[in-house]
Amino acid sequence: MKYFPLIWASLWRKKTRTIFTLLSMVVAFLLFGVLETVDYAFAHPSGGATGADKLITTNKYSITLSLPFSDTQEIRAVPGVAEVTWISWFGAYYQESKNFVFALPVDTDSYFNLHKDEFIVSGEQMQAYRNTRSGALVNSALMKKFGWTVGDKVPLHSTIWTQKKDGSLDWTFDIVGTFDAKDPTQAGQQASTLLFHYDLFDEGRSFGKGSVGWFEERIADPSQSGAISGRIDALFANSPNETKTQPAKDFALAFMKQLGDIGFVLRAILGAVFFTLLFLTGNTMMQSVRERTPELAVLKTIGFGDGKVLGLVIGESLLLCVIAAVIGLGLSYAALPIIKLGLQGVELSPKALLPGIGAAVLLALIVGLPPALRAGRLNIVDALADKR
Amino acid sequence: MFKQLVAAISMSLQTLPQRIGASSVIVIGIAGVVAVLVSVLAMGAGFRHTLADSGRADRAIILRGGSDAELNSNLTRADVDTISNAPGLARDSEGKAVLSSELVTVVNIPKIDTGTDANITLRGVGLELAEVRPELKVVDGRMFHPAVRELLAGAGAAKQFRGLTVGSVLHLRNADWTVTGVFTSNGDVHESELLADVDTVGSSIERNGYSSAVALLASAAEFTRFKAALTTDPQLKVDVQREPEYYAAQSKALTKAINFVGNTVAVIMAIGAMFGALNSMYSAVAARGLEIATLRAIGFGAVPVLLSVMIEALLLSLLGGVIGAALAWLFFNGHTVSTLGGAFAQVVFQLTVTRALIITGIAWACVIGLLGGFFPALRAARLPVAEALRAA
Repeated sequence: MKYFPLIWASLWRKKTRTIFTLLSMVVAFLLFGVLETVDYAFAHPSGGATGADKLITTNKYSITLSLPFSDTQEIRAVPGVAEVTWISWFGAYYQESKNFVFALPVDTDSYFNLHKDEFIVSGEQMQAYRNTRSGALVNSALMKKFGWTVGDKVPLHSTIWTQKKDGSLDWTFDIVGTFDAKDPTQAGQQASTLLFHYDLFDEGRSFGKGSVGWFEERIADPSQSGAISGRIDALFANSPNETKTQPAKDFALAFMKQLGDIGFVLRAILGAVFFTLLFLTGNTMMQSVRERTPELAVLKTIGFGDGKVLGLVIGESLLLCVIAAVIGLGLSYAALPIIKLGLQGVELSPKALLPGIGAAVLLALIVGLPPALRAGRLNIVDALADKR
Repeated sequence: MFKQLVAAISMSLQTLPQRIGASSVIVIGIAGVVAVLVSVLAMGAGFRHTLADSGRADRAIILRGGSDAELNSNLTRADVDTISNAPGLARDSEGKAVLSSELVTVVNIPKIDTGTDANITLRGVGLELAEVRPELKVVDGRMFHPAVRELLAGAGAAKQFRGLTVGSVLHLRNADWTVTGVFTSNGDVHESELLADVDTVGSSIERNGYSSAVALLASAAEFTRFKAALTTDPQLKVDVQREPEYYAAQSKALTKAINFVGNTVAVIMAIGAMFGALNSMYSAVAARGLEIATLRAIGFGAVPVLLSVMIEALLLSLLGGVIGAALAWLFFNGHTVSTLGGAFAQVVFQLTVTRALIITGIAWACVIGLLGGFFPALRAARLPVAEALRAA
């Protein structure tokens, strides 16, 4: 530690160069932090609706094919299933198709019992919802987005479901209450959600009555998820509507995998960034050591050993990389809320930033070692004679 | 002045090999930015091309009004009868409209690369298929037969999904379907799909009716008349679109997202590369201090010196841009990938490094080079001659 001032001073020997090198490394680490966080988020859907105690049952052959409502009773009777609820895809938007609304018809009792730890709704508004057939509970972020207030009547356009009464695709709901995510990290997942009564939906639609899009189950013991899934699917094997039950987390992962190999794209970009950085930093270190050859020789003359000189150069490289990493990763941490806005539905965790420090140390060793070895091996007489 | 410029530039370029380390930082830094930019944008371009090449201007797609996509839409048999009687349609020798009533659903099949299930479109098509879509060619095996569970796999789908080779059997909803052939259709979105007889698909998923109707028009100009006839018919509630418009709308959101990501990442990388360029050019100016001072001493103006440094930076970044674009082209052009398209099913497409993208990449390289070269060039031009000569 006592050599820190020496390392610090040699790092800033050429101010402009160090600052520019540092800035370009900060940018690289900023990018590293952001991309790692996104990659981590896609690979780790967690909590809330994708918690370990949640299962999801879909039609085995296609998520667009429905399942009979009558399956509910059989699923409920499966040992280990604590609660089951049924939901359908409503495919809604508000006014324009870009205003997507994640509107879900849900069965009030079973849905809120199953997801009991996920929503904050006031008791009063929950009661109002129960009492209003055409009522809807809306996420407060969605309320804000469209400027809705409790008491509003809002029309939603379903791209799928026509109404029995007039063949129209436009459904009107009365907003009776709002909800928020109990776990703040789930806020993004819920941000576009609007919940309304399944009964209204099932009785109001002109076709598909008595069918459901998918089932969700809560199980008492998450370690039993494989066995319980197997039991549910066995119930409907060889029926016209075979099912596929899996942990909700696996379902979410499979869906993200369908977007493509996001991890590969991100890693390829990071590879390019770090390869570039290697050259940049390596060049700076090489240059700075070359310029300081006589100074290093003086250090050796006054008694610094080979190992110590080597250590000083490595230390300088380490200091440069770690400063850059800390600033860059700090900036990307500060940018998390902005990324969250663009990536609704994924959870961002600062955990993903930790590998960045590791990358910085690795980078420091790779770029520091060649000049350090060179400095360590320096022959005093030759180096002092070197006039450059 | 011009002579001075040429002399200054040739001198700076001649001494370039002595500064190879610092100069390569510019080249490699910018090559990295351009390679990433062009590769990511090539994804967007490839996806857009696949959808833009789908459909013909003289073909119309009819959906139930307000449905947005085939998967949501629902047309009754009566609807299709009305549509096939509308004016403006191409008709065969018997006077029947050249129209395919189609039923679209999505099925799960494991993908080859991930091994996990992904959505693929199963499209039931009418027997008029060959007349409605003449671009469709069976390249392996044979056409499916109606009324039996047989299907054709698109060439793109066959490459991405398991078990889509001729003769293999797919188990879908309690029934076995045989893959009788593989088809191409000009590299459009249908190559990501499975095709089968519409009525067989309908009975298999217990659906009476269709998702959409695809009709060949007598000519592209007949579209207006055809659309007017359908949209003013009080019996019908349908949306009528030219096929290319329908597919272009489906690619918009994803292309926009890809371009946003590509540009954002590239801007951040470009800032980093610009600092790298600044560093390299400052050290180049420092290394050439004596040379530049000598030039100034023998009467070279500040402007030629400034320009010579700028042009050196520009040439280096140009080289970086070309290398970056070449790398993107070499590694990724024609690389086949697939993603979840607008229709909730996988769309197989190829990354396409277009000429426009290469030009964009090189333009970025030049801008980074100019920004990174300007301040060092300014320093070179302002170098106090006497001091610089003495220092050496």
